[in-house]
Amino acid sequence: MAYTAQDFKKGQPRWCPGCGDHFFLSSLHKAMAEIGVESWNTAVISGIGCSSRLPHYMATYGMNTIHGRAAAIATGCKVANPNLTVWQVSGDGDGLAIGGNHFIHANRRNINLNMILLNNRIYGLTKGQYSPTSPRGFVSKSSPYGTVEDPFRPAELCFGARGHFFARSVATDAPGTVEILKAAYNHKGAAVCEILQNCVIFNNGTHDAVYSKEGRAKNAIYVEHGKPLIFGENDEFGLMQEGFGLKVVKIGENGITEKDILVHDAHCEDNTLQLKLALMGNGDGFPVALGVIRDVDAPTYDDCVTAQIEEVKAQKKYHNFAELLETNDIWEVTE
Amino acid sequence: MAEKLEMKELAEVVVRFSGDSGDGMQLAGNIFSTVSATVGNSISTFPDYPADIRAPQGSLTGVSGFQVHIGASMVYTPGDKCDVLVAMNAAALKTQYKYAKPGAAIIIDTDSFGPADLKKAAFATEDYLGEMGIDPDRVIACPITQMVKDCLADSGMDVKAMLKCRNMFALGLVCWLFDRDLNIAFNFLKEKFAKKAGVAEANIKVIQAGYDYGHNTHSSVANVYRIETKNKVPGRYMDITGNKATAYGFIAAAEKAGLKLYLGSYPITPATDVLHELSKHKSLGVTTVQCEDEIAGCASAVGASFAGALGVTSTSGPGICLKSEAMNLAVIMELPLVVLDVQRGGPATGLPTKSEQTDLLQALFGRNGESPMPVIAATSPTDCFDAAYAASKMALEHMTPVILMTDAYVANGSAAFKLPDLAEYPAINPPYVPEELKGQWTPYLRNPETGVRYWAVPGREGFQHILGGLEKDNKTGAISTDPENHNLMTHLRQEKIDKIQVPDLEVLGDKDDADLLIVGFGGTYGHLHAAMDELRAAGKKVALAQFKYINPLPKNTAAVLGKYKKVVVAEQNMGQLAGWLRMKVDNFVPEQFNQVKGQPFVVSELVEAFNAIINK
Repeated sequence: MAYTAQDFKKGQPRWCPGCGDHFFLSSLHKAMAEIGVESWNTAVISGIGCSSRLPHYMATYGMNTIHGRAAAIATGCKVANPNLTVWQVSGDGDGLAIGGNHFIHANRRNINLNMILLNNRIYGLTKGQYSPTSPRGFVSKSSPYGTVEDPFRPAELCFGARGHFFARSVATDAPGTVEILKAAYNHKGAAVCEILQNCVIFNNGTHDAVYSKEGRAKNAIYVEHGKPLIFGENDEFGLMQEGFGLKVVKIGENGITEKDILVHDAHCEDNTLQLKLALMGNGDGFPVALGVIRDVDAPTYDDCVTAQIEEVKAQKKYHNFAELLETNDIWEVTE
Repeated sequence: MAEKLEMKELAEVVVRFSGDSGDGMQLAGNIFSTVSATVGNSISTFPDYPADIRAPQGSLTGVSGFQVHIGASMVYTPGDKCDVLVAMNAAALKTQYKYAKPGAAIIIDTDSFGPADLKKAAFATEDYLGEMGIDPDRVIACPITQMVKDCLADSGMDVKAMLKCRNMFALGLVCWLFDRDLNIAFNFLKEKFAKKAGVAEANIKVIQAGYDYGHNTHSSVANVYRIETKNKVPGRYMDITGNKATAYGFIAAAEKAGLKLYLGSYPITPATDVLHELSKHKSLGVTTVQCEDEIAGCASAVGASFAGALGVTSTSGPGICLKSEAMNLAVIMELPLVVLDVQRGGPATGLPTKSEQTDLLQALFGRNGESPMPVIAATSPTDCFDAAYAASKMALEHMTPVILMTDAYVANGSAAFKLPDLAEYPAINPPYVPEELKGQWTPYLRNPETGVRYWAVPGREGFQHILGGLEKDNKTGAISTDPENHNLMTHLRQEKIDKIQVPDLEVLGDKDDADLLIVGFGGTYGHLHAAMDELRAAGKKVALAQFKYINPLPKNTAAVLGKYKKVVVAEQNMGQLAGWLRMKVDNFVPEQFNQVKGQPFVVSELVEAFNAIINK
């Protein structure tokens, strides 16, 4: 049966006009329709924060839980009922500050969750404090003289936790977002999607360089497995390896042709170059990488739990409570 | 001398096996309790492990003990002090003698009291009995090590393997002392070592040698004792600890309800054995996840419940601190969840291996907002099974998190457990949303009688819904900050808990005319019962009411508490149950007995304190 985005929609979102969450929600509806899993076999689980309101606007099963715990709650949900498709939605505060521990362990265990990280680099619901992804020196209500701490870079955290999937899109880029959401669904295991998203009230313009189509044409690179890493308004630039790092080159200059450009390998087990792509930022002369940066197969926790149960069932001779009792040293008291 | 032997009848006896951690005292104790239980004696045991993970051999910190209390009639505790102390080395005698009654018989392996052994055990002289003030007439001094070697000389075993059998010699000696049927012990060993016939044979030979040694020499003690069984309850039994019984209760409840059992947990003393036990039973489909922290243990169990499993999380007090947030989520989402708190000494890390009842108010109130949650406290190792079953049934049928409280004493203690027949246990019927409500169902639609909302498990078409930590509208299930609605929802959540039916409070002893009613909760049942028995044996009129259901309280609580002239609430905290009862029962002003030592009550101290109250 074919679904439309309408089949996954519910209610009227109450985010601020212009909030990046609106754009993302619409892409998620579209992606779910294209994926085709029934809304009643889908659970969307969030924590607390502006973006964590999202499950209220889904016609699926859902939970808008407590601050930071979405990944842990989603873990129990998926392990207990592996037939469900589980989406976990968090903001940067929910997912990486109070929920940082659960974020890394969900990645390490490789639970088959689609983990959405809506990154606007600010606490919006509590009205404007710096978040763990706010840049050093960021001025906010809780840092009137600028922060004196460095931010997390989500890809680094994901890779550090041995994550096998990382993708990025800009909330306003519907096709790009739908594409990575579908890729996340198709990836078996923890799949982190970082969505760059604007907060019009407390951190307006934080992703300006890539927020418009024009901006992305100039400042972003869409990476695709098996394709050369080419970008620019006229596809005139490319990425090459230089020493331990990457460099931006102009195709046609210094004898460089398309053939010399690095070809993206999202399936490479070694994440070194994938991390380099993920950490590129337009501030340092590189484009922001969008698309599926890493997508490597690995056994998922929930599959392994199920397989182990089946394996032990075949080995052991007791399969119900009465039989379990009989495995003990038993004596009989007679009259 | 055998023919002069006097057979003395005893109502009960306490034996304490002690030795180095590697001496197999737990096994010797286990076999002795099994042998006694098999003939129908009542048993209660308590293992006492050293605090050090791996203490040096023969050292004072490396002593391991196992206390067995056997009785002709019901025994309720492992006993305050022992009648027979087995000390396999000098360190054991040094550290364990304090647990012996004046006049207790003491069995020692004289081969383990050499100069080096005495030095390790910090004896100043070779006259160790004199140093401890022990009357040599009470000591069965036996060269156990040498006799074991002699006994197994032809077995072809190496010395190390032979010495592993020393515990069986001591066991044989104790079996002789109490006129136990060795065949039961032999059968136990044959089954235990079914795949190692040689080991079984050696152990059996050594037990027999120990028994014969006692029979042939018995130079130090004048009597052989018999504990005849009264009130035998025929049936098939096993030995079970509280933690294992708790795990079994969860397994049984999940099977009865037809649900997957999910445990989210994090290792913490003294609750970890529940995680260990459940992790073994994958062939029953039990899923255990050792989470990254206590928070995730509880949070993932909430997620599992949402997905349609019986979600359980196990911990001790410090873990409850961390879980309280996710427990509260289960309160407002009205999802089933069982939270096991195996209480230990607090606050903070406190006394991790010791036992207290200091988490009661935490269980009742330790969450933000109005957050009513049922609380059940298991009264004995075997009651842990029924309590875990009851907690699971309550959680599933009333769509609420339930706190199940045990404590380190009950969790580690063991007793004979009559194998339960699941068919005799009540059915568990979760309130699944009826199919005909499709299209008009909202998450907080309730059964008007019980106040319980219906459960729609993901995967069912037409019942998609959202739950969450934010207050919801009673009718639509949408987020609501409406003052009247919040007031209503707060009341509905409270009423749902208040409506849960729990069994009446039972009064034991002189229930019609007691001068003193003893009141306790949970794991102190055995000690309070033993204290009551002693007082009644001395002619006092005393009754006991032990609370197992603490929230909601049994309906007859006020009637019971108001019936007696004097009431004492005895608990291992500063008066938490007394305070809760005073909050719930008008004009209730009890006497209190409070001890927070991290140790089980001592029956003699209870008797003294209760006598003082009666005589006041």
